Amino acid sequence: MSATSSPAAPSPGAASATGPVLELRDVTVTFGGVTALSGVGLAVRPHQVLGVIGPNGAGKTTLFNVACGFVTPDTGTIVRESRELGRLHAHQLAGLGMARTLQGLGLFDRMSVLDNVVVGADRHASVGFLGSLLALPRAAREERELRERARAVLEELGIAAYADRYPPSLPYPVRKRVALARALAAEPTLLLLDEPASGLSADEMDELGDLVRSLTDRMSVMLVEHHMDLVMRVCDEITVLDFGRVIAHGTPAEVRDDPAVLAAYLGEVVGDEDAPGALPATPEGGR
Amino acid sequence: MPAKLQRLWRDSVLGRHVLVALVGLLVVLLLLETVNDFRAIQLSSMAYLGIAAGGLTILTGLNGQISLGHGALMAIGAYTAALMLPDRDASTPLPLVVLVSVLVTLAVGTAVGAAAARLHGPYLAGATLALAVAVPGIALYFGETLGGEQGLRVSMPDVPVWALDAEYLLTGTEMTRSGWVALMAWTTLAVTYVLLANLSRGRVGRRWRAVRDGEVSAELAGIRLGRSRVSAFMVSAAAAGAAGAMLAFTVRLAAPSGFTLTLSLTLLTAVVLGGLGSLGGALVGAALLTFLPPFVTSVGSDAGLSDLRAAELAPLVYGLVMIAVILLAPAGIAGSFRAWRIRRQARVAVAPAPVAASATGTTGTPDSPTRSTVPTSSKGTPT
Repeated sequence: MSATSSPAAPSPGAASATGPVLELRDVTVTFGGVTALSGVGLAVRPHQVLGVIGPNGAGKTTLFNVACGFVTPDTGTIVRESRELGRLHAHQLAGLGMARTLQGLGLFDRMSVLDNVVVGADRHASVGFLGSLLALPRAAREERELRERARAVLEELGIAAYADRYPPSLPYPVRKRVALARALAAEPTLLLLDEPASGLSADEMDELGDLVRSLTDRMSVMLVEHHMDLVMRVCDEITVLDFGRVIAHGTPAEVRDDPAVLAAYLGEVVGDEDAPGALPATPEGGR
Repeated sequence: MPAKLQRLWRDSVLGRHVLVALVGLLVVLLLLETVNDFRAIQLSSMAYLGIAAGGLTILTGLNGQISLGHGALMAIGAYTAALMLPDRDASTPLPLVVLVSVLVTLAVGTAVGAAAARLHGPYLAGATLALAVAVPGIALYFGETLGGEQGLRVSMPDVPVWALDAEYLLTGTEMTRSGWVALMAWTTLAVTYVLLANLSRGRVGRRWRAVRDGEVSAELAGIRLGRSRVSAFMVSAAAAGAAGAMLAFTVRLAAPSGFTLTLSLTLLTAVVLGGLGSLGGALVGAALLTFLPPFVTSVGSDAGLSDLRAAELAPLVYGLVMIAVILLAPAGIAGSFRAWRIRRQARVAVAPAPVAASATGTTGTPDSPTRSTVPTSSKGTPT
């Protein structure tokens, strides 16, 4: 169904069929004296969508930044397909088969939509400086392939008509799709989506939900999102953060009924016996 | 058949660039036939300014780095060439001279670029400014070998016999030394521009642009920011080295007075005038730099001004042109032309676009047709 090339690629975590594609263990991050995350653990399983939710300031974005190397945790480990990653740099992410979108989109404003997406596919390119300098036939062929790959992703997301346009001239929902297309062009095995639904209408959010679900045959997805209905609809599992701790984890139905989650969202003070029991990454948070 | 040719034109980047360069070179060759020695020297000046501006427009336009030190890099190329062509001994083959000049400048450019990659905006301008100020001083300090204030004279070999013969055979005229130098300078320009255009259109150029437009996004795509910046600086330094060698051939002198800060600033204005990131724009800028001041001066004298007053008119007009371009066409001459083309294309594309999108899209289009008519913003200067 996907028009994207190389059918062999989408087999995330080929070695470990059941092991998580990404696991964070006991991650603690402090900024100055403020603890942003303390002892957080979570796991993204193959072909599943993991949602990370929580009230404002709960540490969702920090967690995301740890997962992609923007923030180095004080303690804790990041395990990608049963391989422990040491210090992770952002530019290594693509090589590890991970792609992420940014809240601010971060599109390349002075490059065409197609070129934006081709940059996303860059990790599949192999032509070096000399090949580019002399425009060797190999380089030309590779350029064509990258462009075809990018076009296919644009087709898939229904924005192929905008290929030659520049991002500043496009409406916001289209730009969001361009950002998503750029991430998908990398053909990652793990896609990290940062607030994918912000600024979208209800209809657009439904489409986004369908799209994210349709991606799971090729990759795993981890998403941070405010919109509850979207999260409840697309996620297989949900991890709930509050004040830098995991307060609940489970299926959407389990999380929805969890009193600790309700309390966190409605701003009530949780009873003393509730909070400590929910501390580490216990599979069934809350109680 | 035309369709096939069209596809070939679109697909073969190298072929397209080489073809344009050859046609351009042919035009220059024909032009050189018709002009006198003075014009030939002017054409050489335009060529070396064009080479350096081409390198700078790649650095500033595609990678977003500013450099006030390209005049100094040209000096390094020129001095290297001068050292290899000392008086009374002009046996070194010129292509070798150019190659060594490029390599030496490349080495210096790599060191500067490695430092520059860590700096941004005004700090980068400051650091490269230091280079522009320091390099002429080096020539004074090592006066023994570098000739001090007087500089080094460059002794050019005679025009090779084959070139004389070819010229005589084709046109029946003698090729002058100035004409020969101009031909070399323009050939160097053609080669440089083909290589720069290849980079700009290929993977390397796209990565440079990505780094320019969004550091975080570029990193997420697997691009190492530092390496990308250093490579852009190296490429433009190499071009400056070739330009320096051509300057040495043309002026036949490498002296500190030729490489003041003014030269660096002049290059930058040429690039801004022409349009950042555009090689064609760099060439337009170089042409303006070369031909506008003498033209204005002669217009001034014809209008009855004294020679001194007429000479003063040139920088004034140049400044006015600069201000006019920045006010009326902030993207430069080439940039404005391109923006106009994109705007027109966007207007054409807007009406059918949403229809086509929903027809092809598997997930449908979220945008409403009315909202997609937002025009291309004029400040976006696509390259």
